[in-house]
Amino acid sequence: MLLDRLGKELLFFDGGTGTLLQENGLQPGELPETWSIERPETMVEIHKKYYEAGSDIVLSNTFGANALKFHDSKYKLQEIVNASIYNLRQAAKEGVKDGREVYAALDIGPTGKLLKPMGDLEFEDAYEAFKEVAVYGEKAGADLIHIETMSDTYEVKAAVLAAKENTSLPVFATMIFDEKGKLLTGGDVPSVVAMLEGLRVDALGINCGMGPEQMIPILDEILKYASVPIIVKPNAGLPKQKDGEVYYDVDPEEFAGYMERIVEKGAALIGGCCGTTPEHIRKMIETVKAHDAWSRRKVPEKSEKTIVSSYGQAAILGEKPLIIGERINPTGKKKFKQALKDRDLDYILREAISQQDHGAHILDVNVGLPDIDEVEMMREVVVNIQSITSLPLQIDTVDQKAMEAAMRIYNGKPMVNSVNGKKESMDQVFPLIKKYGGVVVALTLDEDGIPQTAEKRVEIAGKIINEAAKYGIPKKDIVVDVLTMTISSEPEGARITLEALRKVRETYGVCTVLGVSNISFGLPYRPAVNSNFYTMAMQNGLSAGIINPLSEDMMRSYYSYCALMNYDENCEEYIRQYGNTVAAKPAANDSMITLKSAIEKGLKEEAHHAAFELVKMKEPLEIINEEMIPALDGVGKGFEKGTIFLPQLLMSADAAKIAFGVLKDALAKSGAEEEEKDKIILATVKGDIHDIGKNIVKVLLENYSFDVLDLGKDVPPELIVETAIKEDIKLVGLSALMTTTVVSMEETIRQLNEAKPDCKVMVGGAVLNEEYAEAIHADFYGKDAMQTVYYAQKVFGRE
Amino acid sequence: MDNRTRETVRYLGYKNGQIDTKTLELVEDVFRELDKVVKPRSLYRTFVLTWKEDDIIQAGAMEIHSKNLAKNLKGCRQVILLCGTLGVEVDYLLKRYSYTEMARTVVIQSCAAAMLEEYLDEQQEKIRTEMEKEGLYLRPRFSPGYGDFSILHQKEILAMTEAAKKIGLTMTDSSMLTPTKSVTALIGLSTTEEHCHQKGCEVCNKTDCLYRRES
Repeated sequence: MLLDRLGKELLFFDGGTGTLLQENGLQPGELPETWSIERPETMVEIHKKYYEAGSDIVLSNTFGANALKFHDSKYKLQEIVNASIYNLRQAAKEGVKDGREVYAALDIGPTGKLLKPMGDLEFEDAYEAFKEVAVYGEKAGADLIHIETMSDTYEVKAAVLAAKENTSLPVFATMIFDEKGKLLTGGDVPSVVAMLEGLRVDALGINCGMGPEQMIPILDEILKYASVPIIVKPNAGLPKQKDGEVYYDVDPEEFAGYMERIVEKGAALIGGCCGTTPEHIRKMIETVKAHDAWSRRKVPEKSEKTIVSSYGQAAILGEKPLIIGERINPTGKKKFKQALKDRDLDYILREAISQQDHGAHILDVNVGLPDIDEVEMMREVVVNIQSITSLPLQIDTVDQKAMEAAMRIYNGKPMVNSVNGKKESMDQVFPLIKKYGGVVVALTLDEDGIPQTAEKRVEIAGKIINEAAKYGIPKKDIVVDVLTMTISSEPEGARITLEALRKVRETYGVCTVLGVSNISFGLPYRPAVNSNFYTMAMQNGLSAGIINPLSEDMMRSYYSYCALMNYDENCEEYIRQYGNTVAAKPAANDSMITLKSAIEKGLKEEAHHAAFELVKMKEPLEIINEEMIPALDGVGKGFEKGTIFLPQLLMSADAAKIAFGVLKDALAKSGAEEEEKDKIILATVKGDIHDIGKNIVKVLLENYSFDVLDLGKDVPPELIVETAIKEDIKLVGLSALMTTTVVSMEETIRQLNEAKPDCKVMVGGAVLNEEYAEAIHADFYGKDAMQTVYYAQKVFGRE
Repeated sequence: MDNRTRETVRYLGYKNGQIDTKTLELVEDVFRELDKVVKPRSLYRTFVLTWKEDDIIQAGAMEIHSKNLAKNLKGCRQVILLCGTLGVEVDYLLKRYSYTEMARTVVIQSCAAAMLEEYLDEQQEKIRTEMEKEGLYLRPRFSPGYGDFSILHQKEILAMTEAAKKIGLTMTDSSMLTPTKSVTALIGLSTTEEHCHQKGCEVCNKTDCLYRRES
């Protein structure tokens, strides 16, 4: 059995097939997979050479065999998969002469499409495509599934889930890294390893992209974070070009030499990729066997690092303390609750951005509110936050369905908040962690509530760690929260928490988190207590505090602690944060200008400051009419005349937006209800992913007091029509960049005219003009953003 | 002002000397940010060019009907397919700033476009040097979507160059390149050097375009 041998002995893959196929006449752009049916004898011959060379695992000719690439092929996908696996079996029969056990691997390569949010392929559609081929592969008799040449963590996650959920085969996954150890989509080694191990692949590693020499440093890095067997399948060197053709020039001898070193370093499965031939593989096997590289190898240590990750970066707990931003949470926040009810994602996304700007390393995401569909909201918020920040997220919910939905759609290995010592909780949460991977926060409470002693909390932590182990969840994926108690009601609360924190670290060596600010509930001047307790907690072994990174006091504690404990080399971060503190203050006073002037000049900080001062003296409505509208009108006119340009128009718009934010806060504080605004839908049409024009229009319309329902990009006509009817919309704005997508604009207008004839449609975009807009029955063509504002004012009778 | 800054300023709609200091500072700041995160990648591959009828040509297995392209490639027997991308990082920046700083977003858009053009020019210069050693001369690059050269050829170009696997360049169902700051182009190779200044911008039918290059 393959799994019994994995990691216990050295296993050999095959080498490249592309070069061999080209030698046999495969044309660029031709689908190689069709050869499984059309040229079976060639395919069997190629596979056979690898078995003869000594390969234990040979990949099927199914790299690009998925519904997305094969929807217009003359062959059915299943026929291709069946033929490919059959050819492998045939080759093994003919090529394996020594009776050794060999394996036929179903090869799965990338879809060739970029997933959302930056591409147009839905995660679940990628999953379905991979599922189809995986199921066919198992039926056809494959021994394992090998997912390879992946350069996107999200896509590989879809592939691994599809293979794991729909087959019982072992699953291997290898990715392409560049020489800096990055994926094409930005991920690094720890983030990839953490995610793949979380998804419980049986082996992982690196293939393609580089030669063996360049892969060695990447292998070193992988070994630092991994605990499963590692696969290394290099190209025969870096690609070179002659006459426009790509070739590789590391010969079998040289290749074998490098592969020997790769085995000595700790790789457990080796083979080749582009440019390698049966000769490379033969030489490689001969060399490592002759020199007994396997028994001389450095046996890899299983990594004990606690890692959470996103598509672009990893956060490692247990070294320098980390900050988990707590602000994406409606508890006790009126504005946030309202944003959730209104599905105002922009508000939530800005909270994410500002926490990142203020130094958060991980963002907690909690969207639980009684009247909303938490599953749907959680999914939407997670996807959207991941399109604007690469910080890893902490999925924070008590709703098991919402937890699973978020973990599934999440790109990376999430932090999950939380599990506790109750049996019911562990029964619900651990299966999810086992399936999707994640670092889970373990609260030290159980059926009897929160224990009053440190010892008892430590005991519950131990119980949770043991129960997790039964699921195969390692200790490194548990971070313990010994719970912060309010000192105003529990005088010993802080002492018990700090003691438990220390003991949990000592006893189990696990990482820890705490929600810090509970400590001061009911006391005056809470920041003082919070920030001091925060320092004490870090001193007692807190790996990550769940705090408000916008709180100056907390961040002062954090940066001071890191400087004091030598986590901040040369106090660089501390100096960067506070080096200019003294000088900055008088500057703020010098820049006192009127709000009108600040908006005209596009000065954001000044606009914020001026609005803040003005609102103490005047009514918001007065400020809008006397300062803001005249400023915006002036800038708009200048833009029309050609004396002011788009960037300046938008700098003013950005400044005005900030000032509006200040006025809105003031209104909310005074308890006054905001006036109902005229609603406009904006959307970039289906098939179109260029939404910058739409976003420009949005900012301007909002500044002119329109309530913009932004449906985003690549929006199906049906959703636009449905929203228009539901919200009784009078005006819809659509954008499209190219002729290929103006078609969906036309279709959207047709459906809107039919379903809601009183709704006007304005359009804009690079390929459009007056005549074109008329031809597709739009009511208005907006040459630029200001024209769109004027038209909207006209439609709503505000001229 | 360096070349990419000059091009950015033009993309932003300014004519000579019209840009203000504050916007210029923003442009420079955006370039600093882009230089840090952008990882441009490219590849090219040469194909035999066959002439079928006047306006029908074939590059490798790809048949193209296009008057404008045929004119550009006249006299060539080989053609290079060039693909380049700034990578997905720019798209993340564009999305992120669209929630907080629309002015910066627009500037990133223009800076990235200028960066991409400059990067492709550099790649093209390298190819030119290589090719001239063999007595081959390059025509100006010509992309799907220019004039009557259909954007639908993106799909074949990406397949023929294996651009998805090699540089992470893919497309949507509507033939838009993803990452968005990417280009595919054809470059004719001929044995005679010709001075052909007609590039994409001038050949375009949108003569009222705000950004049209002034010749």
